[in-house]
Amino acid sequence: MSETLLEGTAEGGRLRLAAAGAWIAKNARSLEAQIDVATGQRGTINEVSIDMAGVERLDTFGAWLLERLVRAFSARGCATEVAGLKPDYRSLVEEVHAVTPEPAAKRGPSQITYALASIGQSVATVGTSFAAFVNLLGALTVALGRVAMQPRRFRFTSLVHQLDNVGWRGLPIILLITFLVGCIIAQQGIFHFGKFGADIYVVDMVGILVLRELGVLIVCIMVAGRSGSAYTAELGSMKMREEIDALQTMGFDPVEVLLLPRVVALIIGVPILTFFGSMAALYGGGLVCWLYGGIEPHVFIERLKEAISLDHFKVGIIKAPFMALIIGVVACVEGLAVKGSAESLGLQTTASVVESIFLVIVLDGFFAIFFASIGM
Amino acid sequence: MAKARGNGKDVVIEVRDVVVGFGDHVVLDHVDLDVYRGEILGFVGGSGAGKTVLMRTIIGLLPRREGTICVFGVDLTRASDAERHAIEQRWGVLFQQGALFSSLTVRENLQFPIREFLDVSPRLLDELAVAKLEMVGLDTSVLEKFPAELSGGMTKRVALARALALDPEIVFLDEPTSGLDPIGAGDFDELIATLQRTLGLTVFMVTHDLDSLHTVCDRIAVLADHKVIAAGTMDTMLASEHPWLKSYFRGKRSRASGATRAQT
Repeated sequence: MSETLLEGTAEGGRLRLAAAGAWIAKNARSLEAQIDVATGQRGTINEVSIDMAGVERLDTFGAWLLERLVRAFSARGCATEVAGLKPDYRSLVEEVHAVTPEPAAKRGPSQITYALASIGQSVATVGTSFAAFVNLLGALTVALGRVAMQPRRFRFTSLVHQLDNVGWRGLPIILLITFLVGCIIAQQGIFHFGKFGADIYVVDMVGILVLRELGVLIVCIMVAGRSGSAYTAELGSMKMREEIDALQTMGFDPVEVLLLPRVVALIIGVPILTFFGSMAALYGGGLVCWLYGGIEPHVFIERLKEAISLDHFKVGIIKAPFMALIIGVVACVEGLAVKGSAESLGLQTTASVVESIFLVIVLDGFFAIFFASIGM
Repeated sequence: MAKARGNGKDVVIEVRDVVVGFGDHVVLDHVDLDVYRGEILGFVGGSGAGKTVLMRTIIGLLPRREGTICVFGVDLTRASDAERHAIEQRWGVLFQQGALFSSLTVRENLQFPIREFLDVSPRLLDELAVAKLEMVGLDTSVLEKFPAELSGGMTKRVALARALALDPEIVFLDEPTSGLDPIGAGDFDELIATLQRTLGLTVFMVTHDLDSLHTVCDRIAVLADHKVIAAGTMDTMLASEHPWLKSYFRGKRSRASGATRAQT
């Protein structure tokens, strides 16, 4: 390993360096060390000759290290000459010689500045993504207006395709999950209400909770994870492959062609899914009440009729299209924000899901306040 | 005919009876090809003829149905994983679209193979990234850029620099000059020729560019009808009476390059 690749003999002010062996990538580490030893020699040297005749093999790594050696001595004001270089290697050494030294690496900002900068950056990002959200919402409204004037422009096929993806294909998993959630709530209710002998109020709780809040929330979270992420990834990769630019140059409005059908599909699909999801949850709750709590189905239905009014159902369903709009717009904004790299596609897809779930829950909070104050 | 020319020369890539297909579609049907040490081989053929398929088969990205592929005398079809890895470090590949890692900067792209395979100090690593970049004709201003921020020609150059990162003995180039303007393509050809001379490379170049074939290629192999139908120098190609070769090398598009060549 520690084969001698460079040996120096000093004669007064003159330093003779004899190179030998293979100056290749594999030996780079030891060669570098030996060069550091050679250049680190003290004493006054004003002439250096490097004899390369003994070098058997030379690659870019070796050639660069030779160049570094020459530069180190030149910087000290020594007259440096390289001799005995095989003709085959001469062009490589010349090539490397032409490399300009890299300017000293910029010092990175300090930890505190970096932390402050990243906080500032995230605040700015929130601002810009809010602006992008409002911007796209406006663009969608304009596109919708244009389509309303000329209904034939609307991409009906695309809408049906998206509805199929969002609604029909999503139905089984959404039914399953809402059914299970209904079961779990009922089970928990029976278990705890039973301690007060208030088993029958489980029906009230399941009915109100599912219809007002849980049905629509679970569906929206599922849709954000299932369809919102798909929208972002689709639009993002279309952006990366310049497909969106292509559409634009052909005179199409990407908002009208790509985004509008997707968002409209969500606005139609999510309320329908919410309805089916709520029914599945009530069904699951009823089943558990019967099998686990001993509440007969006809008693459950009777109690449900008394406990819930149409208002509860309306509250849930009214929220659905607004939440769908948020999911759709966030997914599109993030999709269009994708830049060239694969990493950015992943990043925006994650952001799309996280943001839309967050905003759906925030919106739900506002709706709760609103409905409470109008007494619904 | 390739065999006859091989006398006394060192064969670094030896392709014998290779069959590659997808489903019912046979792309390469018992293909033979030799690549000699230190030459620039231009590999031509019609679009969709399977040039890239052969290249990808040699570098092991596509499975073959029959035949053997020897690189540096090692039969890659029978080589152990360790032998394969050793060979893979001795070749570099320039993919058609560059295939730079999009989440790494140019500097990181260049340093990635060196960092993985060699024991090199951080200082040398940085200096080498600069040196390699300058060797392919770029300056240090692109070091911190991401691949998405580079132009087509710059991407090709960075990708070439990455292919050369480990000082390979063989470089595979998949249409290196496609998508470059004639000046850029000429520069790139010259760059390949210079690097080939300085580093003693063997170059396997899939190309469509007749100018490249004229100016830098030592030998040309032609793929048509699922086989290598000819391999030899430009003069052999021009003299051939095979109809495909005639239309390719003596067709309309080739006249201009033929004329400039006659003048020089």
